[in-house]
Amino acid sequence: MALVLTDDERMIRDSAEGFFAEHAPVAELRRLRDSRDPHGFDRALWARMAEMGFAGVAIPEAHGGAGLGMVAAGLIQEAIGRNLSLTPFLSTSILSATLLAKGGTAEQKAALLPRIAAAEIVVALAADEAPRHAPAHIGTRAHASGNGFRLTGTKPFVLDGHVADRLIVAARTSGADSEPAGITLFLVDPKAEGVRVERRSLVDSRNAARVTLEGVQVDGADVLGAVGEGFALLEAALDAGRACLAAEMLGVADRSFALTTEYLRTREQFGRPIGSFQALQHRAAHLFCELELAKSVTLKALRALDEGDSRSAIFASLAKAKVGEVARLATNEAVQMHGGIGMTDDADIGFYMKRARAAAETFGDSAFHGDRIACLMRY
Amino acid sequence: MDETAALAEFRAETRAWLEANCPEEMRQPVRSDSDICWGGRRFVFSSPAQKLWLERMATRGWTVPEWPRAYGGGGLSKEEARVLAQEMRRIRARPPLSSFGIWMLGPALLRYGSEAQKAEHLPKIARGEIRWCQGYSEPGAGSDLASLRTSAVLEGDHFIVNGQKVWTSYADRADWIFCLVRTEPDAPKHLGISFLLFDMESPGVSTAPIRLISGSSPFCQTFFDNVRVPRANLVGERGRGWEIAKYLLTHEREMIGGMDSGAAEGRDGLAQVAKRALGLGEDGRLPDSMLRTDVIRQEIDSWAFALTMERVKDEAKAGQGVGALSSMLKYYGTELNKRRMELMMSLQGTEGLLWEGEDREGDLARAWLRSRANSIEGGTSEVQLNIIAKTMLRLPAA
Repeated sequence: MALVLTDDERMIRDSAEGFFAEHAPVAELRRLRDSRDPHGFDRALWARMAEMGFAGVAIPEAHGGAGLGMVAAGLIQEAIGRNLSLTPFLSTSILSATLLAKGGTAEQKAALLPRIAAAEIVVALAADEAPRHAPAHIGTRAHASGNGFRLTGTKPFVLDGHVADRLIVAARTSGADSEPAGITLFLVDPKAEGVRVERRSLVDSRNAARVTLEGVQVDGADVLGAVGEGFALLEAALDAGRACLAAEMLGVADRSFALTTEYLRTREQFGRPIGSFQALQHRAAHLFCELELAKSVTLKALRALDEGDSRSAIFASLAKAKVGEVARLATNEAVQMHGGIGMTDDADIGFYMKRARAAAETFGDSAFHGDRIACLMRY
Repeated sequence: MDETAALAEFRAETRAWLEANCPEEMRQPVRSDSDICWGGRRFVFSSPAQKLWLERMATRGWTVPEWPRAYGGGGLSKEEARVLAQEMRRIRARPPLSSFGIWMLGPALLRYGSEAQKAEHLPKIARGEIRWCQGYSEPGAGSDLASLRTSAVLEGDHFIVNGQKVWTSYADRADWIFCLVRTEPDAPKHLGISFLLFDMESPGVSTAPIRLISGSSPFCQTFFDNVRVPRANLVGERGRGWEIAKYLLTHEREMIGGMDSGAAEGRDGLAQVAKRALGLGEDGRLPDSMLRTDVIRQEIDSWAFALTMERVKDEAKAGQGVGALSSMLKYYGTELNKRRMELMMSLQGTEGLLWEGEDREGDLARAWLRSRANSIEGGTSEVQLNIIAKTMLRLPAA
């Protein structure tokens, strides 16, 4: 398919941009942060996202979703990035919905997917254990017990963990610490005995929690996918998440760049707009080019997922690696070009830099994904 | 995406025709300039196969697939031309003809030329009969091209041209020149320029090759001493040549910028070169970790750039393009290509330093040196950034 948005996709993009600009602009992020909101997001916004069809955008129609796929999901996430909106969209509508749709039993799908599409629940993925993303590095153990398993381990960085109604936990049923084989996914009730959830405060005001599991009992019906074969399923969901994070970072970078070029046109020093100085013009023009590349890799990654392209993992990593670099460059340059104003909390531009850094770290930074691309290409 | 039935049929026919008509020798990679068919009155074909391939393709109009059939083109739609390009790439067919006539003058004439000029010049470009060179830069007019001083004074039915051009690619082998001249010396500098076509065999034209750091001399100085050019050879209006010059430059920039676009498919990737040069370690990775990182970064950017070329083309086709991206493609593509050549040199180590010898030794070092010109010719990288800042970002004038 052509590397260009269809008319339908352009409509989704425009309606998503309009929606988040109106209901969850940067001022809303500031309000939630400053009021130390216990949920870290606005549940009314999440409900509205269901009304718009956003919460279930990638969920099949048979399970109450819109069945629109990853390009549509990416366009929504891009609008979220542009407005720095706080939502459980990534954890719930992308990561968990993908895991359930691809790996869930009929009962699991029927129980959870319609409720995600309706924004009635938040479902969080508890997979990573190391500060630097290493998806096969799973030390949490699942021992056979009764007609199920007992889970023990720590997940230090679970997105939306403290507001989750359900957790999807990656644990090891067999194998050594960093082996892909032997990983199993479980649906866990965070209110179950032995689960401890502690909210952690982050630089970008997003929701994350440390989840500790101490002999948590789950039964066989809580296994998501096949026992010992959870890694492929996990990677598929992570690739969807990585492509959507690339889309979010594209939105972050694009808006921060727009704010910066506007500032360059209006801020005057030495009796003229600072945007007339060639030293700044060339850096801005270079960024423009980098953003064009970021747009291309993002769209390609999302399309490849929808088309079931055999290289979709490579394209997801390409997007995550490239857009991560571009977003960090764009937001760092933004702060520098805003001068002293850029260092103040009153200016919005700093929020973009914080989010770019956090999104770039999440589910693998450029170093991780560069190495992954090379390994997938056998060098 | 499913191709329409008509396009699928076109693909099948094209594939069959190429299989039957593309000589085996023309399916080998282009390794040096002598493998490129430039055409022209004095061109010496490097093999009978090269000549045959040109003739067969020109007969179908496929040296210039998208030009109208009336002017020697193939009359193909963009989709059909893309299919043709894909099918040629599939069998690794060399381009039958490369020329500045195809890449630069042709598009400008199609847009700005008179009917007589199109009928006269385009078919000869398509058939490779006339080789063109570009008379743009002057010793005092490089990045500031519009300050050019070569003069053309109208006397009766002729312009009398005097002055000097520089960096005229292959002027010593070209048959005709498309040339920027100053016809209105008193007008503001952008409004006094005209676009003239003339025969390089005209009395008063002389050329002198310039030896470059790569050891080759693809560029010349070109001198005009009272050259008489028929008035009918003026393209467009007198004094309005700058508009044509800029239009033509966008095509030149896309051509130069596209030099890196083969990274994704068709060309031997940098990673393959690295694997051959370094081998793989026990962990399946290239053994020199910093060099590996450089290769990975290069491959990421090359791939992202190739996808951007694809997206820009698809957007243009869908009528969504923002246009004026040629400066972006030129700037980024040439900077990438330079980085790529630096890495190629690093991967080959001291073997990359060889200069003259058997079996094309020296090719890599020369290609590396040649690549340095990419970000200078056709408007320097710095000029492209100026253009982006002004036209795309609307930043205030310096």
